[in-house]
Parts: sequence; structure tokens; C-alpha cells
Amino acid sequence: MHSYPAWRLWLVAIVMLLALVLALPNVFGDAPALHLSRDDRAAFTEQSQSAVTGILEAKAIGVDAAFIEGDRLVLRFADVDLQLAARDAILEAAPREYLVALSHAPRMPGWMRAVGLQPMSLGLDLRGGVYFLYEVDVAAAVKQLIASLERDYRTLLRDERIPFTGIQPDGTDGVRIELRSGADVDRVDAALRKRDPNVTLETDRLGEGGAVTVRLTPDMIKQRQDFAIQQNITTLRNRVDELGVTEPIVARQGVDRITVQLPGVQDPNEALRVLGATATLEFRLVDDQNDALEAERIGRAPLGSRLYQRREGGPVLLKRELIVSGEQLVDASSGFSEGQPAVYVKLDARGASEMLDTTRENLGRPMAVVFIETKRVAEAEPCNGVRSGNECTEEEVISVATIRGVFSSNFQITGLLAGEARELALLLRAGSLAAPLYIVEQRTVGPSLGQDNVDRGFKALVIGLIGMFIFLGVYYRRFGIAASVVLFMNMVLLTALMSLLQATLSLPGIAGIVLTVGMAADANVLIYERIREELRNGMSPHAAINAGFDKAFSAIADSNTTTLIAGIVLFTFGTGPVRGFAVTLCLGILTSMFTAILGSRAIIHLVWGRRRKLDALPI
Amino acid sequence: MEFFKKQTSFRFMPLRRRWYAISGVLIVASLLLLVVRPLNLGIDFTGGVVLELGFPQAADLDQVRGALAGAGYEDATVQSFGTARDVLVRLLPEEGADVNAVGQEVLAALQSYEPDAKLRRTEVVGAQIGRELGEQGALAALFAFLMIMAYVAVRFQWKLGLGSIVAALHDPILVLGFFAATQLTFDLPALAAILAVVGYSLNDTVVVFDRIRERFLMMRKGSSAEIIDLAINDTLSRTLMTSVTTLIAVFSLLLIAGDVLKGFSVALAIGVFVGTYSSIFVASSIALDLKLTARDLMPVQREKGSVDDMP
Repeated sequence: MHSYPAWRLWLVAIVMLLALVLALPNVFGDAPALHLSRDDRAAFTEQSQSAVTGILEAKAIGVDAAFIEGDRLVLRFADVDLQLAARDAILEAAPREYLVALSHAPRMPGWMRAVGLQPMSLGLDLRGGVYFLYEVDVAAAVKQLIASLERDYRTLLRDERIPFTGIQPDGTDGVRIELRSGADVDRVDAALRKRDPNVTLETDRLGEGGAVTVRLTPDMIKQRQDFAIQQNITTLRNRVDELGVTEPIVARQGVDRITVQLPGVQDPNEALRVLGATATLEFRLVDDQNDALEAERIGRAPLGSRLYQRREGGPVLLKRELIVSGEQLVDASSGFSEGQPAVYVKLDARGASEMLDTTRENLGRPMAVVFIETKRVAEAEPCNGVRSGNECTEEEVISVATIRGVFSSNFQITGLLAGEARELALLLRAGSLAAPLYIVEQRTVGPSLGQDNVDRGFKALVIGLIGMFIFLGVYYRRFGIAASVVLFMNMVLLTALMSLLQATLSLPGIAGIVLTVGMAADANVLIYERIREELRNGMSPHAAINAGFDKAFSAIADSNTTTLIAGIVLFTFGTGPVRGFAVTLCLGILTSMFTAILGSRAIIHLVWGRRRKLDALPI
Repeated sequence: MEFFKKQTSFRFMPLRRRWYAISGVLIVASLLLLVVRPLNLGIDFTGGVVLELGFPQAADLDQVRGALAGAGYEDATVQSFGTARDVLVRLLPEEGADVNAVGQEVLAALQSYEPDAKLRRTEVVGAQIGRELGEQGALAALFAFLMIMAYVAVRFQWKLGLGSIVAALHDPILVLGFFAATQLTFDLPALAAILAVVGYSLNDTVVVFDRIRERFLMMRKGSSAEIIDLAINDTLSRTLMTSVTTLIAVFSLLLIAGDVLKGFSVALAIGVFVGTYSSIFVASSIALDLKLTARDLMPVQREKGSVDDMP
């Protein structure tokens, strides 16, 4: 009989129990599901849930589970047919009330969800879906900034009544103002510094005339580029939502790239079109002298006005004269004003002065925000706006609000619901100043291939495990069975850890698991070989077990560390498939160290270690 | 069951010239192969378009090629993938071409030939991204080498460190040579597998070194060669055993996990073989030829100015 500290047994027992609980949700698998969010972006309530389930009950469509998760309602179905039938039923019974996305939901029982358990998330190669890598044309974003500065300076110099012969871009990072008289250089300098105290200027006096060149600092350029990328990410996220994709990933990668991952999307071209659309905004006064319905009926707008369609339906007449366009928009955000949801908009100098004049003259009258979107469409596809070649430009009025006060560069749009205000701010930001995007990488996995990959990966794992169990059992006899139990514990622990960290499992990730299982056996092998050796050297069984574990430890630690280094490097430098592999490799090494050193010893102690009389070990 | 009924006593070290010769020939052959028949790089590294299509019945590859040639893609690589009904089309568009549009045109051409063909998978990689992925991979490999070398040098001793690095370089070169010889597609997962092989091979080597250190400290008699041989024999059944368990896992991947992981599984399988070989035969031989002695492995507590430190 040899002693083994009780706390280690307890540690192993508690960790394994926890691991079992955490790993359990993965046993149940996925089922087809619908994710519903309300069209007004408000959170889902119990009432709307019963309204939806009522629709399905009326159609006798069986729902396996219905629950609210975050702002969304999740409905789980037994099969895809029911899922599709339910979607059609909901869209038919309550059009424009909900955004419905086809998705998957874990089949685990409700109590697991209630305590916050989650299965591992599956990568695109296992679930099917689309991956895009966009490159943002940051140079274009800087060009836009320079163009807007150019416009601002024109306004400024006119206001200050300083005569100039020309204002044009200078290189890629400057604006050059050419003046008729060298004497004006100082005035321009002062005016520019008053506008922005941190401005970087170069002045020249050439004979009669003079010139002032404003240089963008590297910081300003970087800020501008970051802004463009952030804005594009916001735009893409917004559009991904429009696609009705659940659990999408839109993230910055490196300096000027954006990755977009859309699980479950089967048509990459549709996704490409929607994501690649460019949008902008216009502010116009509403023509409230004439009747929009009448104009729509006769199909002709009165002179000086144009007929638009409201987003929520219905025509509206707007003045032809443009107050401000999206290019003059510098920023937009949503918030609250006097308890009312509001959208805060910031304009550049020229837009601000136009807005000031317009609002001063039109207090109490309605102003409209027009959303203009240009999409790439296929030949046969309908376009609700003006088509030119492959491009379709659609215009719709997203908001009409009464001008309640005079404002210029900063103003707010109220009269919206909180969700709408948030969305409008997003749309405004999306519509303004986005730099062009180019696709540099695209990967699509069809859903059938995804399922194939899951099946094959899982089968490879099971067969690999069974092969190893048999081999270990034959080679090490009952100790081999103990080693198999340890390998199984390792699988459970790894699954638990992956679920806990919500690490994404991909096909190379499954390969990593299979490989770590093969290598996890190594730690047991090291220990068992050492035990055998000590037995050969004439040690007693109990002493051999102790010596085997103690002496094998440094080899286990060293050998795992080298593999762990390789894994960490792969994770750090790798992308996509390499990363998925590295994650499971690294986590697998950690869990296998735990199970092989502590778990294996606990089992051997419990089975053989407590026997008083132990003449030989079944190894 | 045991591989060896009793403690083995193979003499590896006296024959080390033979192991060097075998490894040397294999390495030179691999390098030559890599020059003569460069790796068949996947689009991960070259940029390009890959489409995998599922046909309702066995596809006639010649007709598929014909359909693609009709659309102006004569140099498309067409092969069956896994089953006769699954077809893989690979294209390397010219620099600057819109790879995305190419992908759509290819799909259109194939669907006009067989309307029921289902798109199972597409990959479109821009040339620039391909170059970057390649550079990133090379950088990762280099970095991994340096890190592991530093670890082994710190944990053991520079002579062993160098031995393990030679072994670790030896293995990926042979795996790459195998890829060049067979012209199997070398893709991103295969690169990851090569780095895993480096980790695996070092894992094996480190276990042997751990034993060498132990034996050197324990035994005061015998030449370095004898002691190293003893350590290799001590760990021999463990080395073989671990290779077997890992190979069981790798072969189940190779045979079952499908062609997407083929490059990965093949690289691992070859890597486990050469990794096992190199840790038994190469790594320790190098350390011995660097005149590894017990003194090198003594815990560092020497008196300052001791003449024993002189070479």
C-alpha cells in the first residue's frame, strides 16, 4: 500500500466532474432553428413570443423548444421541413414584424441552457458558410479627407474675404492654397490656426504671390485610416444583419483588412452583393405644399419637387434642392435627448453652413433624410431604383422630422424608437465616407460538405480512439485499460475546455484533437515504461509505481513543452485552418498533462495503490 | 505484450557514420527533388481559385475539361476528389485578374454543362494574400525553430540543443522531399502538419536526451558512446510505442477524414516515421560528435577559474 495525498484525488474528482458537466451539451448535437428579432430592433418580450408560438400552433407546426436569448427569440425544430414551414408561416402571418434567420440551435435540454452551459461552436468548414477577406482602400479614405479639407478652406477663405488663385491637393498628404498676394500669407495662417490650433503649415512667399500648404500629420492620416476601417466594419456588420445571419463575425485583421465570416450562408454571391453595396445620405426639405398621394396617382411630381418612397411605405414629396449630402457627414452616433432616443450627426464646415441657413429659414417645417444605396446586381435581378449596367441605385426616405431649432454642424434627429435611432446612426455612418473595399480572399463551404466533414472527422476520432484502446489494452494489459480511461478523460476535459472558452472547432481542429490523443498516450507510455523498468530492476510494485511517476515527470514536462512551443507559434502566426489546429493542439497538451500525471495516478492509486498485498502489476 | 522481452542493448553510436550517410543521402535527394520538381503548392500560397463540385453521377473529367476550355479556361486542373462524383477544379488566374469573377464564371460554365452540379466548396485567394500566407508560414517555421532551440539549449545543454535542431531540420526536409516526389498538393494544413512534426520529433528527441542526462549523472564508468547507447535502449520501447499510438491516430485521419485533410495527414504520417528515426539515430549521434561528456550535464555549480573548464 502506498500513500497518495487525498487532496489530489479530490482535485481530480472535482475537475473531472466539472468537465463532464461542461462537456455534456456537446452530446446532444444541433437541430434546425429560427432566430427571430423584432423589426424595430427592440428586445423580444414574452408577449411577442406567445404571439409567434400562436402563429405556429394555428398552423400545427411543432416546435421543439422556444426561448428568448438576448434580444432574439430562438425556435428549435425537429427537421428542416418544419423549420422552413415555420419561417413561411411567420412571414405570412406577421410580415415586416420580425427578421427571421435560418440557423441551428443546440438540442441540449432547457436546464443546461438555464445554467449557461454551451456546446463548442463549430467553424465554417463544419457548419457550412462563407468567409471573406476584404482589403480597405485606405488611400482613398485619405484622399476623401483631403477633398473635404479643400472644400472647407474654400468656404473659410471666402468668409474671411481672402483672395486666392487656387486650392488643390499637394502630394498625398497635403492641401496647397495659392494666394494672389504674399501679404495674405499671415492672414491665412492665422485663420487656419484659429480653425484648428494643431494644424501643420508650410508657408511660401514667391515674388508677388504666396502659398500656404497644410500637411496632414502621420497621426492624422492614421486616425483617418482607422476611422475608415472602423466605419467599414460598422457598415459590414449592419449589412450582415440585413442578411439575417446568426453569429456572424466581422473583425479587423491586420492594418487594413476586414474578415467577414457568415455561418450558414449558402449563396456567397448574394452575400457579396449586399456587403459590397455602397450607400450615402441626403438631407432635403419636405414639400408640404403639395399632396404626395396625388403626385403618385398622376405619376408626376410638381415643379421643384421629387417623389420619394418612405421606408415604412407611402410616398413623400421632397424639394429638389439638396441641403446636405452624405459626403459632408463626419460622424454619427445614437443616444438620448431629454429621454427621447436620438441620433447625433456631425457635418463638415460647408455642410454646417448650409444646414444653418436652411434651418434658420425653415423652423417648424419637416426635413427628410434620404438613404441612397448602390448595389451590384445580377442581370436578371429586379432593381427598385435606377439601374446602370450591373449597378442598381435605390433611394428611400428613412426619416421625416420637424425642424425644432436652428443648428449647423452638430444636430440630432429625434422622433425615433431607441432601436431605430441606433440603426439610423449605423446607417448614417455606413452611408458616409466608407472607403472602397476589395475582396482578396473568399472561402465557401456548402452545408452538405460541412456535415460530411463533421461526420468524417468524428468517425476518424472514434476509430483512432478505439484502435488505441485496443492496442494499449493488448500492450499494457489492465494498465492499458487504465490508460484508455485516462485518454477518455482527456477527451472529456478537452471538450469541456473548448466549450468553456467557446473556442471554434474546425476540421483541422478535429485533426488536432486526434493527434493530441495519439500524443497524450505518450505520457502514459513514459510512465508505464518506467514502471516496467523499475519492476525489472527488482523494485516492489508499490515502489515501482511511485518511482515510475516521479521519474517520468521531467521527460513528460520537457517533451510537452517543446510541442506546446510549436503549438503557440502556430497559433500566433497562423490564420484560419492553421489556427484551428493550433488551438486544439495547445489545449490538448495542457489537458493531457493533467490527465496523464494527476488523473492516471489517481486511477492507478484507487485500483492498485490501496492493496496491502500486491505481488505483481498487470502491466 | 512488450516489444522487447528484456532490456535491449543495441549499439547505435559506433555505427553513426552509417546513420549520417543514410540521412545525408535522403536530405540531398530531398533537396534535389525540391529543386528539380518544385512543390505542388496549393492556392493558399499561390493565389487562385478552387471549386469542389458534387455531380449527381460519376463525372466525366474530360467533358468537364471541355466545358471549362469552352469558357476560356484551358489550363484549369480538373481531378476527382474522394469519389468519382466529386470534382475539384483548380485555376491560377493571371496576376491582377478579379479572382472572384473567375470563380463565378467557372461555376457558370460547369453548371451549363451539368445543371445539377452542386457547389460543395469554393476557395478564392488573391495572389497577394497567397504570398503573405507563404511568408507568414515561413516566418512561423523559423520562429518555432528558434524558440525550441532556445528551450532545449537552456533546459539541457547546447550540444544536445544543436543535436535536436539538426534532427528537427532533418525531418521537415524529408517530408518536403516526399511532397516534391509525389507532387501531392502542399497547402496550409500541410504546413501546419510540418510544424507539428517538428514538435513531435523534438518531443521524441527530448525524451531520449532526458534519459541521456540521467544516465550521465548516474554512471561514472563507460564511454560517452556507451552511456548514450544505454539511454537510447532505455527509451527504445517507449519511442516505438508512442510512434505506434500516434500512427494509429494519424492513419485513422488519413483513411477516414477525407481529402481535405490529405496533405495534413500525409505530412504527419511521414513526419512520425522520420521523426522517430531521427530521434533514435541522428540527434544523439550529433551530440556525441560534439564531444558530449558527463561534465557538460553536471548541475552548474563549478568553482570559478577552474582549469577543468578549458577545452
